[in-house]
Amino acid sequence: METYILLGFVLILSIYLGLELISKVPSTLHTPLMSGANAISGIALVGALSLGSDTQLQEILAFLAVTFASINVFGGYLVTNRMLRMFKKK
Amino acid sequence: MSFIDNISSFQNIIYIFSSILFISGIKMLGKEETAVRGNFLSALAMLIAVSVTLINIFNPLLIIMGISIGAVVGSLIALKVKMTSIPEMVALFNGFGGLATFFIAWSEFNSSIDNSFQYILIMLTVYIGGVTFSGSIVAYGKLSERLKIAKTSIITKLFTTIFYISLVYLLYTAALTEIFIPTFDFFTLLLVLALLGGVGFVLPIGGGDMPVVISLLNSFSGIAAAFAGLLLLNNVLIVAGSLVGASGLILTIIMAKAMNRSIGNILFVGYAASSPSSKSEETGEVKPINVSDAYLILENANSVLVIPGYGMAVAQAQHVVRELGELLESNGTEVKYGIHPVAGRMPGHMNVLLAEANVPYDVLVEPEDVNPMMDTVDVAVVIGANDVVNPSATEEPGSPIYGMPIIEAHNARTVFVLKRSMSSGFAGVQNPLFFKENTRMLFGDAKDSIGGLVSEFKE
Repeated sequence: METYILLGFVLILSIYLGLELISKVPSTLHTPLMSGANAISGIALVGALSLGSDTQLQEILAFLAVTFASINVFGGYLVTNRMLRMFKKK
Repeated sequence: MSFIDNISSFQNIIYIFSSILFISGIKMLGKEETAVRGNFLSALAMLIAVSVTLINIFNPLLIIMGISIGAVVGSLIALKVKMTSIPEMVALFNGFGGLATFFIAWSEFNSSIDNSFQYILIMLTVYIGGVTFSGSIVAYGKLSERLKIAKTSIITKLFTTIFYISLVYLLYTAALTEIFIPTFDFFTLLLVLALLGGVGFVLPIGGGDMPVVISLLNSFSGIAAAFAGLLLLNNVLIVAGSLVGASGLILTIIMAKAMNRSIGNILFVGYAASSPSSKSEETGEVKPINVSDAYLILENANSVLVIPGYGMAVAQAQHVVRELGELLESNGTEVKYGIHPVAGRMPGHMNVLLAEANVPYDVLVEPEDVNPMMDTVDVAVVIGANDVVNPSATEEPGSPIYGMPIIEAHNARTVFVLKRSMSSGFAGVQNPLFFKENTRMLFGDAKDSIGGLVSEFKE
């Protein structure tokens, strides 16, 4: 239980940190920020990689989780990069 | 109990390092000058976290296959997609992230559950992940205009009901413990209800409210990942997921503020429920103008403000708009673009479209910066925007959109409104701007009209 409390603490602090870091984002960057954050949520890939595979169902679930998280990661970062490269200053 | 059972200390230390990179990355994403590097840094953080996890995996073949398929599919979509379809692409990728956490929690349900806290986490993660997935897919369908189901249709009502039922059922399953396990397969039912509930969550929400929903789903996918991190006792999942949850939440709040509506009103009520205002049935004369007259006025203008809306995206007019802007500038006119935060179908939609057309970002101005100097603007050119320039928001306390911050185009000396017809905007409110003394309507397809102006300038 203590581990959960500790990790729960990490969760709360990270959310606060995120709110502080991003609160003043210019509207030009709303879309890239969303898409870049979306790519980060592909971190589920790390979770998917550490799943157990004792039964066949778990094996299938792990495979699907890895595949979809990977689409999220690769697609998310590439599309964000493509978008950001279009933004130019005068 | 050792600190963390299934992940070695080495991996954990690397995860902390990766978390620091994620934090710096997302911070840099928030500034124009550093955004590209910020995205790169966060990709590097991802690479490091994934690589160190690959050290002890159970089934290398299957996992490498999964990653390869994901890499190919993801890259193909990302590189092939047209910039105008960015909103639905973001929705789609977001859904896939949610689906991954849905599978993770499902898999964890089938491994040994030690305590009731873990059990509740599984229920929550499955639910949020499932709703994020199916909700994002519906958002994708709506944004790409493949899915057209009216808010009032029976299907929408049915799914909305299922959404509420699924919420109640989630509470029910979370309250179940080892003491009371029902005889039927309650978990499968939760899986199904989460997926159907996500459909019911997004289906009733209209196009103009899409920016809010996308931001919120973005936040959900982060929260789901953070919960999965708690479940797997994985710190980098928690940190990265929380950052995404926070950034999605901020965007959601910015969007809701820009509409002067509460998030609850946007998600559960919508404009349709607000009383149809009879007061704004204005019966003035609209004054149409043709391209050559508009050209004469523009040619003599010292300053021009372009105000784009979703109509510009529909007409794909961003390239001709940029061309017109350049011609005006070489004619000695100062050109700026007034961007309303909720113009379009996702946060920052107009900015992306104009960036694609090579409009530099420093001539894009936000409403609070442009409104005070509106009386110095000779011509405000409204392209396919409606509610975001509706003066009822400041002048008519009875209007459903009263109080919404707008771009006060009506204060410019002359206003051109480019529009296909006299239909009202997403909010269904008549726009008095069209009947103002200084307003001229340039009817027709925005791309054709602007194209006409461009060729007049070139002659």
